[in-house]
Amino acid sequence: MGRIVLDKVSKSFDKIQVIPPLDLTIEDGEFTVFVGPSGCGKSTLLRMIAGLEDLSAGTIFVDNEDVTQISPAKRGLAMVFQSYALYPHMTVRKNIAFPLRMKKMDQFEIDKRVEAAAKSLNLSDYLERKPGQLSGGQRQRVAIGRAIVRDPLAFLFDEPLSNLDAALRVGMRLEIAEMHKRMNTTMIYVTHDQVEAMTMADKIVVLRAGIIEQIGSPLNLYHKPKNTFVAGFIGSPKMNIFSGPAAEKFNAYYVGIRPEHTTVSMTEGTWKGRVGVAEHLGSDTFIHVHDTGLQDVITVRIHGDISVKNGDAIFLTPQIEQVHKFDAQGLRIE
Amino acid sequence: MAHVVKSSKFGAFGRPVLAWVVGLLFFFPIFWMVLTSFKTDADAVKPEYLLFFKPTLENYLNMTQNYDYWRFASNSVITSVFATIFTLFVGIPAAYAMAFNPSRATKDILIWMLSTKMLPAAAVLYPMTFLTKSMGLYDTHFLIIIVLSLINLPIVVWMLFTYFKEIPKDIIEASQMDGANTWGEIKEILIPLAWGGIVSTALLCFIFCWNEAYWTVRLTTTDAATLSKLIEGNRAPEGLFFGRLSAVSTAAVGPIVVLGWFCQKQLVKGLTFGAVK
Repeated sequence: MGRIVLDKVSKSFDKIQVIPPLDLTIEDGEFTVFVGPSGCGKSTLLRMIAGLEDLSAGTIFVDNEDVTQISPAKRGLAMVFQSYALYPHMTVRKNIAFPLRMKKMDQFEIDKRVEAAAKSLNLSDYLERKPGQLSGGQRQRVAIGRAIVRDPLAFLFDEPLSNLDAALRVGMRLEIAEMHKRMNTTMIYVTHDQVEAMTMADKIVVLRAGIIEQIGSPLNLYHKPKNTFVAGFIGSPKMNIFSGPAAEKFNAYYVGIRPEHTTVSMTEGTWKGRVGVAEHLGSDTFIHVHDTGLQDVITVRIHGDISVKNGDAIFLTPQIEQVHKFDAQGLRIE
Repeated sequence: MAHVVKSSKFGAFGRPVLAWVVGLLFFFPIFWMVLTSFKTDADAVKPEYLLFFKPTLENYLNMTQNYDYWRFASNSVITSVFATIFTLFVGIPAAYAMAFNPSRATKDILIWMLSTKMLPAAAVLYPMTFLTKSMGLYDTHFLIIIVLSLINLPIVVWMLFTYFKEIPKDIIEASQMDGANTWGEIKEILIPLAWGGIVSTALLCFIFCWNEAYWTVRLTTTDAATLSKLIEGNRAPEGLFFGRLSAVSTAAVGPIVVLGWFCQKQLVKGLTFGAVK
């Protein structure tokens, strides 16, 4: 079990409130991602759940037990740090065994579990090495091994992939997602990368300045963003959001249209513009269109390849059913 | 100094020479002391025996036979060792707390600790003497250990604090998440990771304790008297006996010089720590 409930949890540093009172429930077995720009309080929130940061007010429950005043060691949660935080003076074997040794588990059982964890993470050949002799990806695996070996109630990940190179990141992302499917344990994952959030999460919590902007499934956030912040944050490339006379035609203050929901023509369409830069990815083409009169640059995503040159005139037509409308406060209008 | 840096010719040749001159300058008194310790008291003051004389062990024999050198030496070892252990025993948890769980007062506490080193020892000489005498602690090992610990504690805490600060906080937090209690964190993570720093701190503390002369001379008579007291005692009332005094001094600084020689690397690391980042 690993149901985590935050009840009116808040945090202030020296009178500056970084997290106003906040309620959140994370169901047992759920993969929850906290996402938001840097400084939004997502890591602080995770550290509060871990017990590494004191609460200014509120209560945290793990499986209906109030753990607010309980030390991190006794909460039964495991954490993977951005820096991996391996013990540099211990071998991989000792690193992974450390939480079990702290539990005073008997040596035979420790060995069995360490071997099993190492095998599942392809670390069997490296057990006698020190962390300094491992690559970034291997270190990350050791950190994960140290977390899984003790069967925690929940896993907490604090931007675990941000120190890895792009290719490795995609691989590890998949591995963590598969690990979750296999173990079915609650996981809370903090990232600023919305792609990680979209690909891994059962539930995404979008944070800004310590406030939860929206909670929902990845597709729910994609299709029905509650406000312009979530609309702009989720999805890549970013949603085009504009206001003014063009928006008023849609009876809205702000209008948002995703790059992939715009059709392109060289001859006719709703908005006329001029091609700026075209990014050819092979499978897709991103065209940055200028002088549409909507906003500085409108990004359009075309499936497949299209041959356009800088300066070409281009016509854009939004798919009406995919247009997002927001009021003057930036809140969604249905 | 400016032209020393500018001229590379001088740098290649002059710097080693300069280093040797400075080194010899520092070493000379010790060399002279050792040399004098092998002269008789009479020879020691005669200019014709400045460098060439008939060496004798008379002073050393006199020292061990008449002055009970070994008792003073064992007192020095006992007080320095236990004071160093006690200082680390208090200093490690204190520095740990300040390095990893700082509060708003941490900086002030550190400065306050250091400020106690600014207190002139003479200012508290009388209170200390009366207090220790009335408490029955005067001239006991216990007292000297406590006094040596207390005067070195600020420096030790400062040094340990700077070493501990170098350890990433994440690693300490990871051990907390892994179920280690405070003692587990200190024993399993902090001490092994800061081992080099702790050793150099301990060495330095030991040397300070060994060399301490103000309190050890004034708060002891015989039972807990250390080598400092022995040297002080040989500033004889009948006049200065240079041979004898040199032998005693050589025997007093000898162990620490040897220790320092073997631990040079650790010591330099400890003393220059934080100076160059």
